[in-house]
Amino acid sequence: MNKKNIKVNDLIFQTVTKIVVFIIILYSLHLFFSGHYTPGGGFVGGLMTSSALVLLLLAYDVKTVKNILPFNYINIAASGLLIAVLTGLGSLFFKVPFLTHSFKYVDLPLLGETSLATAVLFDLAVYLVVIGVTMTIIQTIGETE
Amino acid sequence: MIEISKFIVGYLILQGAILSLIAAIGVIKLPDPYTRNHAASKNATLGIMSILIGVFLYFYFIHGEVNSRILLAILFIFITAPVAGHLISRAAYNSGVPLWKNSVQDDLKEAKEGKIENRSTD
Repeated sequence: MNKKNIKVNDLIFQTVTKIVVFIIILYSLHLFFSGHYTPGGGFVGGLMTSSALVLLLLAYDVKTVKNILPFNYINIAASGLLIAVLTGLGSLFFKVPFLTHSFKYVDLPLLGETSLATAVLFDLAVYLVVIGVTMTIIQTIGETE
Repeated sequence: MIEISKFIVGYLILQGAILSLIAAIGVIKLPDPYTRNHAASKNATLGIMSILIGVFLYFYFIHGEVNSRILLAILFIFITAPVAGHLISRAAYNSGVPLWKNSVQDDLKEAKEGKIENRSTD
């Protein structure tokens, strides 16, 4: 109850956060890249990445997280929207309707035969917008006293 | 071979379900938040891990696929569930929830009031 003489000791929570954040971010990237053929995609991946950032915000304070990740999240959301518009406009160069996507099988050096789809770029835009909007909402609520 | 693996999978899933049931009974029957937390965080962790191991072995033995996401989930629950129990328990203690009336010892209270140094000398 009396907070003056008890220093808050978050050692267990912070140590576990350091390990768990990597698992969450790796899994969110997995969800993001597997979205074309299995459940997943930009929205879930973005929500999961921002949940990892929220876990960092819970374990440490806002200043520390801002030092680690010096992003302006509104700019991230804006760049996501820009990428979405550009993927739509890119189809106009090939004389096809707006937002027409295509894919191609390419032999990548380490991964073997992979189908590279331009829909991934649109998914990346969704991913960035979701991270930007979620983190902006949470940081705005967290900073109002 | 496939019959034995079915028995193993069934045993693991049944064990997990029974452990989760025991955790639920403990949450209802035990007297104060700390003992309830003790039942919930331990039993439910092992129960869910047993169920997930059963699911992993089912897909490995019968369908022949290694689902690494289940292994990751087992690791994740094993790391996070006890820490969640610890944090809930500590938050309850710091907000002044009393212990069960028949509890005999409360060392953390003495440590908070600064009496623990005197205790070590006598």
